[in-house]
Amino acid sequence: MKNKYSIFSLIKNAFSYHENWEKAWKDPEPKKEYDVIIIGGGGHGLATAYYLAKKHNMRKIAVVEKGWIGGGNTGRNTTIIRSNYLWDASAGLYDHALKIWEGLSQELNYNVMFSQRGVMNLAHNLQDVRDLKRRTHANRLNGIDAVYLNTEEVKKFCPIINTSPDIRYPVLGGTLQKRAGTARHDAVAWGYARGADEMGVDIIQNCEVKGIKRNGDAIEGIETTKGFIKTNKIGVVAAGHSSVIANMAGLRLPLESKPLQALVSEPVKPIIDTVVMSNAVHAYVSQSDKGELVIGAGTDDYVSYSQKGSHDIVEGTLNAILELYPIFSRMRMLRQWGGIVDICPDASPIISKTSIKGLYFNCGWGTGGFKATPGSGDLFAHTIANDEPHKLNAAFNLNRFVSGDLVDEHGAAAVAH
Amino acid sequence: MFLINCPFCGEREQSEFKAGGEAHIVRPKQPTELSDDQWAEYLFMRKNIKGIQFERWNHIHGCRKWFNMVRDTSNDEIKAVYKMGEKPPVK
Repeated sequence: MKNKYSIFSLIKNAFSYHENWEKAWKDPEPKKEYDVIIIGGGGHGLATAYYLAKKHNMRKIAVVEKGWIGGGNTGRNTTIIRSNYLWDASAGLYDHALKIWEGLSQELNYNVMFSQRGVMNLAHNLQDVRDLKRRTHANRLNGIDAVYLNTEEVKKFCPIINTSPDIRYPVLGGTLQKRAGTARHDAVAWGYARGADEMGVDIIQNCEVKGIKRNGDAIEGIETTKGFIKTNKIGVVAAGHSSVIANMAGLRLPLESKPLQALVSEPVKPIIDTVVMSNAVHAYVSQSDKGELVIGAGTDDYVSYSQKGSHDIVEGTLNAILELYPIFSRMRMLRQWGGIVDICPDASPIISKTSIKGLYFNCGWGTGGFKATPGSGDLFAHTIANDEPHKLNAAFNLNRFVSGDLVDEHGAAAVAH
Repeated sequence: MFLINCPFCGEREQSEFKAGGEAHIVRPKQPTELSDDQWAEYLFMRKNIKGIQFERWNHIHGCRKWFNMVRDTSNDEIKAVYKMGEKPPVK
């Protein structure tokens, strides 16, 4: 049993100069065999292991991660959480996650700094207005809080937005989801890692998967840089590298991996207390607790695993940011980075069984996976433990690309691709 | 960001080009004969290779012509550029 984090443990550890904190998770060498192996130690993978142990009483679980946990897209995203998606299936999926977010810090005894500061999506042309109104109605029918705002209400909610009718793409309105917001991305990975470790999950870092051993249609284990590990069940949550793992198993996926960039500014005093996203001009911005502006750019249109994006993508985003927020014209950017996102043709994820028994995939989250981390882990754990999808992720199966029953969320994905 | 040697215009910035995805996917000769699985394979399934990939590009802000490229997707290094209809110069 791990020591509980509290004000008392904080004070107690202050007396020893914070040098004696218990390790949040062990760093074990792999055992010979596990009941389930999760490939990918990001937020989704760690959450999957956590819920497998917690809700499905599985014990011999390993998470293998080629780098360090939370070092991929978990640590590279812009931390936005919302559930205002158009279709019923997506609304169910993302709002399931949002409901878990609301109690996650208490559940994990780890402050994930979930902040329901609201997310506003702007409309810049007549079609945007129609689409966003339609989405607002659809959200409300699904029990998701959403309101449509006119230009004055947008200005009132976020006064630094330039709502002049003279700009190239004037603000004609927007939607607001007040339960939406942000969380601390690293804390999510670390919180789930700590929780999973406490229930006996082995989190094995610096362990890259090199091959998947199959016997006919069944799984026998994985070849890794730390040797062969035997298992009958594999859950792959490898984000941008999902296709690489799928190729090892001889499986084809409808994914393309592309660079997605983000950047942060130097820290400044509080200036924007919400998240504002704009699909049409491609600019979204929020402010971290440290005071940095967190800005998300778009994806490049070519396949790449280089974790670098093109400069013109960043330039385009910053042009839009400056038009909408002239106050930021002298801000200096501190860091810029790229992550590799796996994009599905319908901009919806895959949480599914495959044609190979014991092999499950959780992928295709594209540009917006962070918001779903707890829900994704919960539903993927259910799918692995029962060998059947939960009703909330049944629509997100691999077979939809054969049946044609796609969940087209390009409009709600907020990052154009 | 990288430079692309357009077979018609010469070396230009990548931002002048539009990526057109995986190359050499052959359109079904008899679409009416295809099963749903075969349609899914043709329409949606992609190699998405980490390494040497064959792909199509269009010089959309230049000559607007399509051509093929061989590129290492792990570091964006371009191995070869060749015209539509030509055989790839490297394996």
